[in-house]
Amino acid sequence: MADTKLVGKNYTTPDLLAKVTGRAKYAEDFRAEGMLFVKLLLSPIPHARVRSVDTSAAEAMPGVRAILRAGELPAPADTVTDLGETIRANPKGERALTDEPVYAGEPVLAVAAVDEETAAAAIEAIQVDFEPLPFVVDPLESLRPGGPNPRLEGNVWGRPPAEPGAPPGPLDIQELKWTEADFAEYDQGRLPMGKPQVDTSYGDLDGGFKNAALVLDETFSVANNQHHVLEPRSALAYWQNGKLYVHTGTQSAVQTVASISRWMRLDPTDVVLITEYTGGGFGSRATGAVSCMIPALLAKKANAPVLMRITREEEQYIGGIRPAVHGRVKAGFSKEGRLLALDLYTMGENSAYEAQGDAISAGRIVSLLYQPEAMRHRAVTVLTNTPPRRAQSQPGGLQGIMLMEPVFAKAARKLGLDQVAIRRLNAPEGKAPFGPPDREGQRGYCTSSFIKQALDRGREVFGWEERKARSGQRTGSKVRGVGVAMSSFVAGSTGFDGLFVIKPDGRMYVQSGVGNLGTESFSDVHRVAAEMMGMPWEQVTINWGDTSQNLPWTCVSGGSQTTHAMTRAAHAAASDAIAKAREIAARTLGGRPESYQVANGRVSGNGRSMSLADVARRAVELGGKYDGHELPENINKVTTISATGLAGQGLMGVARDTYPRDGASFSFVAGFAEVEVDVETGQYRVVDYTAIGDSGTIIHPRAYGGQLLGRSVLGMGHALSQKTVYDQHYGLSLATRFYQSRPPTILDVPRNMKHEALDIPDPETPVGARGIGEPPVAAGACAILNALSDALGDDVYRRAPVNLDTILMALEHGRPMQEPLTAHI
Amino acid sequence: MAIVHDVIPPFQLFQPASLDEALDLLEARGQDAWVMAGGMDSFDWLKDRTKRTSAVVELSQVTDLQGIRDTGNGLEIGAMTTLTDVAEHPAVREHFGVLAEAAGLVASPQIRNQGTLGGNVSQDARCWYYRRGWHCYRAGGNICYADTPTAVNREHAILGADRCVAVSPSDTAPALIALDAQMVIRRRGDERLVEAADYFRGPGVDITRMTVLQPGELLTAIRIPSTWADADFYFEKARDRQVWDFPLVNVASAIKTNGGRITDARIAVGAVAARPLRLEAVERAIAGRPKNDETGLMAGQMAVDGAVALRHNAYKIPLMRNLVRRAVRGVSTPVTT
Repeated sequence: MADTKLVGKNYTTPDLLAKVTGRAKYAEDFRAEGMLFVKLLLSPIPHARVRSVDTSAAEAMPGVRAILRAGELPAPADTVTDLGETIRANPKGERALTDEPVYAGEPVLAVAAVDEETAAAAIEAIQVDFEPLPFVVDPLESLRPGGPNPRLEGNVWGRPPAEPGAPPGPLDIQELKWTEADFAEYDQGRLPMGKPQVDTSYGDLDGGFKNAALVLDETFSVANNQHHVLEPRSALAYWQNGKLYVHTGTQSAVQTVASISRWMRLDPTDVVLITEYTGGGFGSRATGAVSCMIPALLAKKANAPVLMRITREEEQYIGGIRPAVHGRVKAGFSKEGRLLALDLYTMGENSAYEAQGDAISAGRIVSLLYQPEAMRHRAVTVLTNTPPRRAQSQPGGLQGIMLMEPVFAKAARKLGLDQVAIRRLNAPEGKAPFGPPDREGQRGYCTSSFIKQALDRGREVFGWEERKARSGQRTGSKVRGVGVAMSSFVAGSTGFDGLFVIKPDGRMYVQSGVGNLGTESFSDVHRVAAEMMGMPWEQVTINWGDTSQNLPWTCVSGGSQTTHAMTRAAHAAASDAIAKAREIAARTLGGRPESYQVANGRVSGNGRSMSLADVARRAVELGGKYDGHELPENINKVTTISATGLAGQGLMGVARDTYPRDGASFSFVAGFAEVEVDVETGQYRVVDYTAIGDSGTIIHPRAYGGQLLGRSVLGMGHALSQKTVYDQHYGLSLATRFYQSRPPTILDVPRNMKHEALDIPDPETPVGARGIGEPPVAAGACAILNALSDALGDDVYRRAPVNLDTILMALEHGRPMQEPLTAHI
Repeated sequence: MAIVHDVIPPFQLFQPASLDEALDLLEARGQDAWVMAGGMDSFDWLKDRTKRTSAVVELSQVTDLQGIRDTGNGLEIGAMTTLTDVAEHPAVREHFGVLAEAAGLVASPQIRNQGTLGGNVSQDARCWYYRRGWHCYRAGGNICYADTPTAVNREHAILGADRCVAVSPSDTAPALIALDAQMVIRRRGDERLVEAADYFRGPGVDITRMTVLQPGELLTAIRIPSTWADADFYFEKARDRQVWDFPLVNVASAIKTNGGRITDARIAVGAVAARPLRLEAVERAIAGRPKNDETGLMAGQMAVDGAVALRHNAYKIPLMRNLVRRAVRGVSTPVTT
C-alpha cells in the first residue's frame, strides 16, 4: 500500500488510555450482585485415583453454597469443523476437574462460597481419600525398560494398527519402551535414540555425510517453561434467561465461544463472552481455558454469579507449560559451511494429556530455516505426570532452532567461518522449500523469505564487525562475546471474514473478533479497512471484546496469524464496501460505478460526489446487499448471524478472504547479541541486542517493535534464567512462584535494544503483511547462547537456561558439567 | 485435611502505635504473636497457610522503629527502616558503603520500598521444600528433603549443614557482620545487645529458628559502630537474575590497610550455610599481607576449606572461593545490565 495515511503509522490504540490509567477491567475486576467465589482442591500427588470424598463438614459450613465434582461435568463433546468433519472428543483428554489426577496440582473439585476465606476453609474441611498410582516426571525414565508409566495404559499416544482397508482407529494411550542398548550413551550425555513415533526424510543423507568436511553430533535440551501470563485464567460466570455469560481472558473472542459451547454442551448462541482485555496469552489460552467451566457450572448449581480467581501457583499448574524438547543433532557441513546432511532426533516432554506437536514441528522449521540438502527427522513425544503442555510462542520452532543454532555456531568456529556468513549461506531465499515431501512427492514452500537481507541489515545496525573484533578480549575478569541467530515461524492463515458498517452519522463501525491479548492487532488490522475507505481514524469505532456485539468469524491469535489473516479479511470487507459505494453513487448520481472512486470519506467521479454518510443513508434506503439484508453465501455462519444483527443500519462491508496465496506464510528474524561474562563468577549480562524482522509490510510500527523486542525478551528468558523444577522422587513442583521460576525482568535486558523491519511486502497477500509475534523468540534465546559460546568456547553448556553455575563449573573443569538430560532441574 | 494456598487465614491484627505498646503485646501474646515488619516474608507464609498465627503484630505505625540517626559513634538504624532508605541514606553511603550496596541489591525496587532492614536479617529460610510446607527437620519433622539423591538443591548449603541444608537468604547480614554491627533486642522492661555475627543461628543450635530472637522479643535497631567507617569495602551478590533474586552466594568485606598491607579485616559470606558466616580464620590469615590478588587467592582457598557439595550445588565452592578472593583483592565491577 503506497502513500498511506494509517497503515504503517503510529497511533493511539482504543484500549491504551484504559490500560495506563487502570480503568481497563480484566475478568477478576468485575463484581456482580450476590457473587460467589471459588477455591479449588488440587491433587497433592502426581498420579492418583480418588477413592472417596467426604464433603459433609464443608457443606455444613455457613457461607458454603455449592461443591462441584468431576462427575458433574458434561461429557466431552465432539467437534464439528467448518468443513462438516467430526473430530471425536478424546475421552482421556484434559478436563476441568478429575477423579484421576495425573499431575500434582490438578483440580479435583471446587467449592463456591460467599467469599474466598470461607471457600478455602471449606476445602480444608474436605477429606479426600487418594489411592496413589505409579508416576514419572522424567520422560527418559519412562522409556527405560520396565520404567514407570504416567497412565495406567502407557506413556505415549498412538493409533492401534488399522485393519486392511479400514481407517486408523482413534488415538489412544500405548506403551513405548526402549532397550537397554538404546541408553548406552546416556551417561556420556548423549540423547538415547530408541524407536521413534515419527520418521521422515528427504535427500541423500548418507551421501551428504560422506561428502561432509565436518560432522558434528550434539545433544542439547530446551527447558520446560511456563507461559507466565500476568493475568491468570480467572473467570466470572453467570446465567441470564438461559444464556451463559463468561468474563475471561482469551486469545480469541469469537472462537472461544465455540470452545465454551462445546465444553458446556450449549448452543453457541447461548454463550456470551466478555473479554475486552487479556493479560497475555503466548499460546496458553488460544480459545480460552477449560477451567472456565467450573464457575459456569457452579453458577448454575448455586443460582448466583460465580468468580473463580486463579492464583499464580494454580496458573503454573493448569495454565500449562511449553514442552521441553531434548534433541540430538548430527550435522554434516561442507568446508564452505553448507549443511549437506542433517539427522535430527527430537524427544518432546508431555503431560499425561493431549500431545503437543512441538517435537514434530521442530523438524519442519529447521528444514525451512537451514535448508539442509538432505534431512532425516525422528521424533517421539512422551507422557509424564506433569502439567498440561500447551503451545507457547513459536511452539516447536523455538526448540528446533535452539537445538540447531549452537551447532551452527560450533561449525563456524571449527571451519573458520564468519557466523553471519555461514547462516547467510544456508538461509532460505524467496519461495524456499521446507519439510519432507508429501504423498505426491512435493515439498511445501514459503511465500517469501528475505532473511538474507535481514542478516545483512543486522550486521550493519548492530555493528557486527567492530563488536566481533573485541569479542574474546579479556578485561580483568570480564570477557565479551557476540552471537547471531536466525529464526522463523508460521505467520499467517487465510479464509476469515471482515465486517463493518458505515452509518449515516458518517462513522465507520468495525466489528473486531480478535482477542485483545496485548498485541494490539484487535485494532491494528482494521486500519487497513479504514485506509481503503479513506476514513479518518477519529471517525472509526472499533467494537471488540463482547460477543453479543455481532462479531465476525475471526482467526485465533496464535501462530502469529492475525496480522496476515485479518488484514486480508479487512481488505476483502473494504473492497466489498467500496464496490457497493460505487454502485450506490452510480445509482444516485448517475454514470457507471467504475467511474467512481472512494477517497477522503467521499465517493467521487464524473465531477460529482457524495459523502459516505450519504452513501450510508442511501444503502439503508436501497436495502438488499447494501445494508446487509442480503449477505454473501461464502461467509462463515458466525458472520452471517452477526451481519444479520447489524443489517439495515448503513453501508455494510462484509466479505470472506478468498485471495489466492501461493505457498505457506512464514516470517523471519535475525537477532544479534553481545554478552559480557565474568569468568570468576560465571555471571553474565546482555550488553546489547538488535533484531531485524522480515514479516512483510508493517501495519503499526510501535506495536511491531513491541512484538519484535518483547518476544525476543521472552526468548532471552529461555537462555538466561527461566525453567521448571521438580523433585523426581516425589513428582512435585518446587518452583511455584515467579521468583523461583525466574522469567526475565526489564532489568535483565539491555536498556536500548534496537530493532528494524525490512518492510518488504509479502507477494502473496494483498496488504503485504505477515505476523511477527513468534519468530523473535528463538532469535533472542539463540543470539545469547551463541554469544556465550563465542566468549567461552564450545564446551560450556548442554542445556538451557545457562546460569552462572553452568559457566563457572565448565570453566573450573574444562568441560560441560551440566546434567544434560535430567528433566525439570 | 486438603491443602489450599493463597488465601490468608483469619487472625487478629494489632497495629501498635508505640514501641511500648508493641512490646506489651508481644509479652502478652508470647508464642502466638507473629511480628510483621514489611511483610515480604510473612505474607508468603500466611498466604500459603503453611504457618498460621492467631495474632499479627504489625509494626508500621511505630515511628520509633524507623529512621537512621547519628549516635556520635556511628549510626543507629531503626529495624523498620526500609531497605531503600538504608541504600539511599547519605551517611550510610558515605561511611558504610558496604551496607548501602548490600541493601540496594536486595530483591527488587518494589520490595526494597516495602521490606525493612530488620526484616531482611530476620527472615526465614528460603529452601523451597521447607517453604512449600514439607514436614522437614526445620518444620519439626525428621527428614531433610533437600538432601536426598533426587533433591534439587542448587541453592542450598555447602558449609555448616546439620540435618538441614537451608541457607541464610539475607543480603544485608554479611554487610552488617563485616561492620561489627550490634543488634538491639528488646522485650518489655529489658534490652540486650547481640553482635551481628551472633544474631544468626545454625541448625546445630536451633533447627527451627534462624536467629536468636525469642518469643516476646523484638529487634528494634541495628547499631553500626564507627570502627569500620570509611574502610575499604567490598560487596558482591551472585544471582541468576539481575533483580528479584536471592543470593546464590554473597560476600561482604571491610578492610583496613597501612602502606598497602592489611592491618585488620572483616569478611562475611551469605547463602552458603544456614547462617551468614564470618570468616575469622581468613581474617587472621590475611592480616599483615598485601591487599592484592595473591592474598585474595589464598583467602579464597582457605574460605572453602571443608565445604561439601550436594548434587546440584558444587558450583558454590568455586563461587564462594572467587568471591572471597575478590572481597580481599577489591575492585571488579559485577556484570549488570
